[in-house]
Amino acid sequence: MLSAIGASSLEDLFSHLPDEVRLNRPLNIAPGQSEYEIVDYFRARGEENANGYASFLGAGVYNHYRPVLVDTVVSRGEFLTSYTPYQAEISQGTLTTIFEFQTMICQLTGMEVANASMYDGSTAVPEAAMMAMRVTGRDRIVAARTLHPEYREVLRTYAQHQGMPVVECGYDPASGALDLDDLEKNIDGETAAVIIQSPNFFGIVEDVRPAAQIAHRHGALLIFVFAEAVSLGILEPPRDADIVAGELQSFAISPGYGGPFAGIIATKEKFMRQLPGRIVGETKDTRGNRAFCLTLATREQHIRREKATSNICTNQALIALMATVFMTVYGKQGLRELAEQNLAKAHYLAGKLPLRFSAPFFNEFVASANGRTPERLNELLLEKKIIGGLPLKRFYPELGNAMLICATEMSRREKLDAVAEVFAQ
Amino acid sequence: MIKKVRQHINQNEPLLFERSSPGKRGYQLPALDVPAVDAAKVLGRHNTRSEIEDFPEVSEVEAIRHFTRLSTHNYAIDLGLYPLGSCTMKYNPRVNEQVARIDGLAWAHPYQPETLSQGILEVLATLERMLAEITGMDAVTLQPAAGAHGEFTGILMIRALLESRGNPRKRLLIPDSAHGTNPATATMAGYSVENIKSNDCGMVDLEALAREVDENVAALMITNPNTLGVFEEKITRIAGILHAKGALVYMDGANMNALVGIARPGDFGVDVMHLNLHKTFSTPHGGGGPGSGPVACRAVLAPFLPTPRLARNDGRWAWNYDLPQSVGRVRAFYGNVGMHIRALAYILAHGGDGLRNATRDAVLNANYIRKLLEPYYDLPHKAPTMHECVFSDDRQAKRGVRTGDIAKRLIDYGFHPYTVSFPLIVRGAMMIEPTETEGKSELDLFIDALISIAKEIDDTPDLVLKAPHNTRTSRVDEVAAARKPIVRWKPEPKAGETVHPTPESDLAVNRAGNGR
Repeated sequence: MLSAIGASSLEDLFSHLPDEVRLNRPLNIAPGQSEYEIVDYFRARGEENANGYASFLGAGVYNHYRPVLVDTVVSRGEFLTSYTPYQAEISQGTLTTIFEFQTMICQLTGMEVANASMYDGSTAVPEAAMMAMRVTGRDRIVAARTLHPEYREVLRTYAQHQGMPVVECGYDPASGALDLDDLEKNIDGETAAVIIQSPNFFGIVEDVRPAAQIAHRHGALLIFVFAEAVSLGILEPPRDADIVAGELQSFAISPGYGGPFAGIIATKEKFMRQLPGRIVGETKDTRGNRAFCLTLATREQHIRREKATSNICTNQALIALMATVFMTVYGKQGLRELAEQNLAKAHYLAGKLPLRFSAPFFNEFVASANGRTPERLNELLLEKKIIGGLPLKRFYPELGNAMLICATEMSRREKLDAVAEVFAQ
Repeated sequence: MIKKVRQHINQNEPLLFERSSPGKRGYQLPALDVPAVDAAKVLGRHNTRSEIEDFPEVSEVEAIRHFTRLSTHNYAIDLGLYPLGSCTMKYNPRVNEQVARIDGLAWAHPYQPETLSQGILEVLATLERMLAEITGMDAVTLQPAAGAHGEFTGILMIRALLESRGNPRKRLLIPDSAHGTNPATATMAGYSVENIKSNDCGMVDLEALAREVDENVAALMITNPNTLGVFEEKITRIAGILHAKGALVYMDGANMNALVGIARPGDFGVDVMHLNLHKTFSTPHGGGGPGSGPVACRAVLAPFLPTPRLARNDGRWAWNYDLPQSVGRVRAFYGNVGMHIRALAYILAHGGDGLRNATRDAVLNANYIRKLLEPYYDLPHKAPTMHECVFSDDRQAKRGVRTGDIAKRLIDYGFHPYTVSFPLIVRGAMMIEPTETEGKSELDLFIDALISIAKEIDDTPDLVLKAPHNTRTSRVDEVAAARKPIVRWKPEPKAGETVHPTPESDLAVNRAGNGR
């Protein structure tokens, strides 16, 4: 090959680089290792982490069982090692699964259209907010304090240079649900959107309709956020919302120390052209067969450049496929049964603990530490190889005595009882 | 002659919703070991749904056949050369997939105690250190979820640094050869965009640049090697022009696979850059993600990196949230950690020398393709080629055949097309990046295919204009898709039409479906 191109050595290929840019030493990285050594290295790192613990952490990342079929499907090289499906004729596999994904997200959320995925729930929120700005021509955002604290942090990062002021509205200190009076106080004629989460960060199921009515009365959109997708198996979909932004980690994505996950944005058909990211549409090929392709690309950065609806390019396609397989395996009946099991496990445990809030909850709830600190309770639980709940002080100083506890279908009764025992001691 | 492929039987497959029948299930949950709860009672009837309307109901076998059949409708790196320029479609080692699934790593919760997370934190710290060494930078964050997200992070950091100096400035300069994400990112960070024209060699024009740089310019966003596969040889002078006016240099690291082990952005004047782990470091593209876009920067920008950052305290790793000058969070938790594991596995497997050899092989492959195709296709920019080469369809366009048509004909020859019509500064661009993955025999087949197509364009242009001919899906009507968008399945409204097909009638249903 070198002779074909008229070079005498591989070094010749770089002879045009000026001396001052060349790295004139080897990289300070150890020599290459064998497959065995690499597996061994990562196994050892895995062993330095928690192993064999039962966990009651949720807070936006949930322990749900991943059906074997999910890994089987995404391990197929045809899905794993393909690119974004720009060449529709040889990408119908990916395109069809994305079309099915978009459809199932609509069915779950009660929305009319959905995109092909976002990076995660936290980044889907500011993208939804910017979308609301484009739709309403307004710039102010009112976000519930019960929106995931890290989602709110990301929203602030995105908002600061968009000329998008973000104000927060509180929760009712007794019920833990959105404080509708406070929402009334904070919303005004410049508000583009109200952002609420349900189940909210405390696990509480919000009443969407009154929040939507307040938003709409002021000409603002309602953005509904979910972080626990399994809840949609049993909860009324947020049909009154204008935009739904959410996180699909619960659908077969292992916690993975925080990623990769997959976010979604869904909305009403009339706002479709303001959606960020990729969208797959149905069409025909020249033989008249049904076919799918990426569509409405004139919203996107590779066509519109600085006028695009977002800079997003690569999204989370393979993770969205995992969620698609998960939704397929569980199906209509299974997703409901899964949600019911989560509900039952959490309510069983909650029945034995001092609850901080009174509003209805799904698979997560806030418990008071009962005269001790949440940190102390967690230490006692760790002795039983149980990772307890999330102490809330870090995000909510006024809840310094409380912790957020999650139970899922993976939480065994004996472990639920063990947690209750430590609380009762 | 088509050497790489011939046709074989390929199964039809309806949509899940068309395959669905009431009552079918593919799951089994354990028996509930606590008392069941009446959802309507504890949540309120108005808060509970009766069912998920039209959600699929299929058996396990139907599910696996569905996705397996659909998978065979895809092309993939595992099937052969995937020469998308700028996308860096290299082999995705399977050991990386395995180690990312190790229980202690994959099932680590982001809020579990740091004392029980030392293994994963060590992985992240090691990757940060190696990426700093590869880029010649002082500090790295792994938080951004993809390349465009990294760009956004880096530009926010530039803005924060300039703000701390008293003036965030107003404009970003972006060469006309840049990826679309660059200008879109600039807008999201509150900057206006000034395009800088490339010169005849496809490089940034120094004089044009010098004219544009003033006290209102925050930074230049430059891709190096650029999207023509050309190294910006005057990069240190370019950086000097920006720095002299107090502006910074952002590098889009999409093409870093041409430089690893050869040259380091930190050594040639770049202040901050992102890397695409799904390009240079072999994490799978997965049909469009997940990616990962770590940002590397010089010490002067380090205080502005996103929150939190890894820190070493008393011999242990910990997250540091006390970063008063940080731009804040760009994503919940710590980034696409599963991709970080895979990228580190790739680096460990190669080692320093192996990484440099991969770069050399990638550049060799691109030069080989350039040399052998130059007699047949127009090469508008003659500067030396790094990891990719860009031809123009100028000669073929005279016979009415454009880059998009040639791309479709390549499919008949058993290859995924190159990147079509990008970069925008080349008319009818054909952007080819073979990566180091390919050996000579696959490259020769590809070159033969493009030479053969060049001859077909002279003899039987219609053959190329109507391609592909051998695929199960022929040319797709993208215009119709955009004109009247159908972006989700809906149940068939008319009575008497088959909604739940049997597998044997798939083809018929396909036609019925087209009638919608």
